[in-house]
Amino acid sequence: MLTLSNINRSFGTRQALTDVSFTIQDARMTGFVGGNGAGKTTTMRIILGVLSADSGTVTKNGNELSAADRRSFGYMPEERGLYPKMKVEEQLSYLARLHGYSKSAATKNAKALIEELGLGERGGDTVESLSLGNQQRAQIAAALVHQPDVLILDEPFSGLDPMAVDVVLNVLKERANQGVPVLFSSHQLDVVERLCDDLVIIAGGQIRASGSREELQDSHSTNRYELDHTGDAGWIREMPGVSVIEFDSGYALFDADTDATAQAVLNRAISGGTVRTFAPKRPTLAQIFREVVAA
Amino acid sequence: MKPAAPTLAQSVWLIAEREITARIRSKAFLISTGVLCALILGSILVSGFMSQSEPSGTAVAVTSATESYVKDSKAFDVTVVDSVDAAKKLVTDGDVEAALVPDDSATNPLGFKLLVDTDAPSEIVSALSVSPPVDALNPDAAPWLLIYFVSIAFGIIFMISASTFGTVIAQSVVEEKQTRIVEILMSAVPVRAMLTGKIVGNSILAFAQIAVIAALSVMGLTITGQTELLDALGAPIVWFVIFFTLGFVLLAAMYAAAASMVSRVEDIGSVTTPVMMLIMIPYVLVIAFNDNDLVMTIMSYVPFSAAVGMPVRLFIGGVEWWEPLLSLLILVLSTTGVIAIGSRIYRGSLLRTSGKVKLSEALAAGK
Repeated sequence: MLTLSNINRSFGTRQALTDVSFTIQDARMTGFVGGNGAGKTTTMRIILGVLSADSGTVTKNGNELSAADRRSFGYMPEERGLYPKMKVEEQLSYLARLHGYSKSAATKNAKALIEELGLGERGGDTVESLSLGNQQRAQIAAALVHQPDVLILDEPFSGLDPMAVDVVLNVLKERANQGVPVLFSSHQLDVVERLCDDLVIIAGGQIRASGSREELQDSHSTNRYELDHTGDAGWIREMPGVSVIEFDSGYALFDADTDATAQAVLNRAISGGTVRTFAPKRPTLAQIFREVVAA
Repeated sequence: MKPAAPTLAQSVWLIAEREITARIRSKAFLISTGVLCALILGSILVSGFMSQSEPSGTAVAVTSATESYVKDSKAFDVTVVDSVDAAKKLVTDGDVEAALVPDDSATNPLGFKLLVDTDAPSEIVSALSVSPPVDALNPDAAPWLLIYFVSIAFGIIFMISASTFGTVIAQSVVEEKQTRIVEILMSAVPVRAMLTGKIVGNSILAFAQIAVIAALSVMGLTITGQTELLDALGAPIVWFVIFFTLGFVLLAAMYAAAASMVSRVEDIGSVTTPVMMLIMIPYVLVIAFNDNDLVMTIMSYVPFSAAVGMPVRLFIGGVEWWEPLLSLLILVLSTTGVIAIGSRIYRGSLLRTSGKVKLSEALAAGK
C-alpha cells in the first residue's frame, strides 16, 4: 500500500499541489482523475521521485520510499517516449537491464511482454516505425518489463482503440491481481468508471474526493430513482415527497425525499402495470466529477 | 525473483554501452569517421611522397671552362657545350634556363657570368652565390614551417573531433528530453549515472577516434619513411591523445549541460554556441600565434586549449618535464569542477520541457 501524506509542491510562485493525501491499495486499480493542469502528472512524478516534494511524504507500507523502492516502480509518463531508432525488443530489454536484470532475463521479459500485449511480430521493428497504437503498447511494455512492485501510469489508455484498451486492461488487471497497486490517470471518465476499483479526484492541486468507487457513488447519490413501466406514469407528479426530473409516459426519473416514498411509488406502479425497471439511479463518474470539482 | 538494483558503475556502463552502439550503428557517424581518417592518412602520405621526390635540376649550359663551377651541385642539369655561342643559342632557344660562360673582365671577381633570356632565375643565382657560414645554436628545434603545419594538424583534429562528439552528445541529451524517455530513465537510474554514462560512452568513442587517427599518422609517417619527423612527433602525439581525451570529458560535460537546457533538437545551436567557441579558440590561436612563446605557454595551461597548446609546445621543444603533468592536473581539476556544475544544470533542466531553461533556474533547481 502506498500512502501520500500532505504533499505540497510549488513551481516558482504557483502552488501546484496543496496538502495532497490519498492511498493506493495493493491489488487494486486506482483511477486518478482531474482536469488539465489539476496536478495529476506532478503528483505522479513525486511518487516516482522524478520530482521532489516541497513537503509531505510518500510511504510504502508505512516506510518512507527509498531510491531502491522507487526503482522497482513501473512508470508510464504522460508524454510518451522511447528511443525512436531503437528496436522494440532491444529497448525493452535495455530498460530491464537498467533495473538490474541480466541480459538473458531482460530479453526473456521483453519477449514475453511483447507477446502479451499483442505486439507479436513487431519486436524487431524500430519504435518510430510502429503505428501510434502499437507505440502506446510498447510504452506500456516499457513500464512493465522489470516486473514492478507498483505501477504508476499516466493516461495509459489514451490513443488506444477499444480492442487495445481491453488488451491493456487485462494486462494491468493481471498485475493488480498479483497484488500490485496500480495508479492510473485518465481523462476518459467512462473508461475509468469501468476499470477502477478506487478513485481519486484532484482539482486545482487539491484532492477533492478519494475512496472506493462504490463508496463515492453512494455518498454522491441523492435518493434518485428510475422507473419504467407499461402504464402511464402521470400519477407520479401527484405523489407527496417526489420531484420529477424527467418524464416520458411510462418512464420517470425522480428524486424521493425518503426510502418510504420510493417504495410507495413502486407499489403504485406495480398496481398500474408491468414494471420493467425500478432502481436507484447511481450518479455516473462524470456527474460525481463535475459535482466534486465544482464544489 | 527480482534482481538486485545495479550498482552505479553498472548503470553508467549500460548507458555508455547504449550510447556507443547507437553511434556505431549510425551510418552518418561511420562515414564521417572514415572520411576524416582517410583525409589524414592521405595528406600524410601525399606530403611524404612529395617531399621525397627530388626536384629535377635546373637546366644550364656550361662551357668546358665553367663546367667546374657547377660540377658538384645537384641543383643543376648541366649541358656542356663547345663555345659561348652554342651556349647562347641554347638559352635563346629555351633549351636551358641559363648559360654559365667565362667572364674575364676586371670588375667581375668570379670569373664567370650568367647568360639568361630575360630574367635571372633566382634559384640559379642563389645556388651560385656565396652564403655566410651558419652555425645553428639550437639545431634540434623544429623549423617554423613544420611547426606551423603540425600546429594546424593538432588544431584541426581537435576542433573536428571535439565538435563532432560534442554535437553528438548534445543531440543525444535533447533526443532523450524531446522523446521524454528521460522520465523513464530517471525513474530507473540516478541522474548522475545518466550524465556520467553519456560522457563516458562518447568519450570512449572520441578517444577511439583520436587513437585511430594517431595510429594512422604514425603509420603514414613510417610508410613514407619520415622517421625523423616521427621521432619528434611521437611524444607530442601521445600527449595529444591523453590531453584530448580528458579535455573532451570536460567539453562533453559542458555540451550535455548546455543541451539539457533546451527541449528541441532545433534549439541545440542556441545553447551550444558558447561551447563551440571554446573549441574554436584554440584552433584560431594556434594558427595565429604558434610562434609566440607567451601565448603558446598560456594556451598549454588553459584547460580548453591545453590539448592543442601542450603537444605543439612539446613538438617545438624547450618544455620542462613537469609542465605537461601540471597542465594535466589543472585539466583534471577543472574537469571535475565542470562535471559537478554540469550535472547540477542537467538535473535541474531535464524535466523542464517547455522552451529554454534559464541557467540560473537550472542551477537553482538542480541543487
